[in-house]
Amino acid sequence: MSRGTLIDLLYLFSATTFLLAFKGLGSPKHARLGNAVAAFGMLVAIVATFFHESASGQGLRHVGLILLAMFIGVIVAVPTARFVKMTAMPQLVAIFNGVGGGAAALVSITEFIHLQGSHPATYVVLEVLLGVLIGTVSFSGSAIAFAKLQELMTGRPVTYPGQQIINGIFGLGALALIIIILVSSSTALLWILLAVALVLGVIFVLPIGGADVPVLISLLNSFTGLAVAASGFTLGNNLLIVAGTLVGASGILLTRMMSKAMGRSLANVLFSAFGSVVSASGDSSRPDGQTVRSGTPEDIGVLLSYANKVVIIPGYGLAVAQAQHVLRELAEELESKGVEVFYAIHPVAGRMPGHMNVLLAEANVPYEKLIEMDEANQELTTADVALVVGANDTVNPAAKNDPSSPIYGMPIINAGDAENVVFLKRSMRPGFAGIENDLLFDPKTVLLFGDAKDTLTKLLAAVKAS
Amino acid sequence: MGNALLQYATVLVLSIFVGIEVVSKVPSILHTPLMSGSNAIHGVIIVGSMLVLGTAATTTTEILGFIAVILATLNVVGGFVVTDRMLQMFKSKAPVRKAKSDEESK
Repeated sequence: MSRGTLIDLLYLFSATTFLLAFKGLGSPKHARLGNAVAAFGMLVAIVATFFHESASGQGLRHVGLILLAMFIGVIVAVPTARFVKMTAMPQLVAIFNGVGGGAAALVSITEFIHLQGSHPATYVVLEVLLGVLIGTVSFSGSAIAFAKLQELMTGRPVTYPGQQIINGIFGLGALALIIIILVSSSTALLWILLAVALVLGVIFVLPIGGADVPVLISLLNSFTGLAVAASGFTLGNNLLIVAGTLVGASGILLTRMMSKAMGRSLANVLFSAFGSVVSASGDSSRPDGQTVRSGTPEDIGVLLSYANKVVIIPGYGLAVAQAQHVLRELAEELESKGVEVFYAIHPVAGRMPGHMNVLLAEANVPYEKLIEMDEANQELTTADVALVVGANDTVNPAAKNDPSSPIYGMPIINAGDAENVVFLKRSMRPGFAGIENDLLFDPKTVLLFGDAKDTLTKLLAAVKAS
Repeated sequence: MGNALLQYATVLVLSIFVGIEVVSKVPSILHTPLMSGSNAIHGVIIVGSMLVLGTAATTTTEILGFIAVILATLNVVGGFVVTDRMLQMFKSKAPVRKAKSDEESK
């Protein structure tokens, strides 16, 4: 067996482990093992690549440089991935996705330079250019997504007149450039394509509001997969094609599932500059004279202690305040008083689907206490108290009642069905989507303002005392 | 256009179907780890980056390849570690508690 065949077999092994990882992710039980298996497969692929031989029998050069680059990557990546807070997870995924896209683009650029002067077939150049375009868009798009989530820039949609036309011009311009380069195969134009792709990634992401960024990251993740697959074509490497395509295809499906969970089409998420009309007044009264009712921790503590059933609806505010542990203590205290407690998890609670599950699991909340939206809405019809902690848009009745609302059509948790509604909120500011919530003004709603960790701690003390 | 391209295209098409098939069964609570896990898997571009740097003949391509390997390493290592950290949270609680009480009873 030749060396090349052996390497290809090892690549086949790696591709299999990647598939097993996807399969393992089908259940919480096997997911971690699946991930570890894929990591092992990746290691095998990397080691095998060191023994690569070109067609002319030349081995891999610059092995020292490769090892140095890897060393730099590892010492940056491991501490970042290990010690960044769980709440910042979406940003981390965005940034690691972005660098992957950047790497794919660089591989394609380098291949283009290699190919110069060898008069490659048109389809080879096309693969290279697609790799550059998609990889670069993923890179700069992820960078902006990161900035939005990290709040380095506003999370609100950035819009300007003629935006869609300008975006359209850049998109078409990129395609036109690809055709021109295919005909002329000029390196100078490649750099222009690169610049256009960088801008395209930025302007594509700018109008997308903070609440929609997770859907976007999933899409960019899929893009990076496709860019990797394109590089696989250029390099003639089956492993890159398989892995890249797997990610590309699954990413697009995942993106659709995520936008569906928000009750909107993908096109609507990407192009509607959602939530750009914001009334972030910060007032506790409205022109029509309605006001909110705020309570004391003691009142609410009694209300909770003597309830039969409490449904907790956590949102991103809980995560920001790092209050998961206090919340779990409060729930346990209530349970010891014979109150039935559930956690109702909206599909997009937190900033990614499943994000809230991760955060609560971290706080040792038993898995079976977490119920999904449909079940939660049934429980709420018989619940005494709906305790909304740092959530807003996911319980906003405007999604059901107000066709003019930007979130109209999004499935929500019907907190209003409970006998009483308690909101723990930092302020009257509208949620991530930037929309007023009528439920706050409902007569059966009580608000408790403050940092979720503070208010929960006070509530816990009040419940213990009552 | 030769047999090689046809073979790659076959792999591409089959992978699309497998990718869709495998993901359609993942429950929604695992969507975030799934996104993160697939993020790690496209880090396989590290293989491409190694090949590019390993065959680089000019300074420009050496520099580009070097950066590509750094970025790809970040993608692979960061991706797998973050995913593992997320999935660590999903370990089932019941057996752990039982093991603890067993220890206490000893």
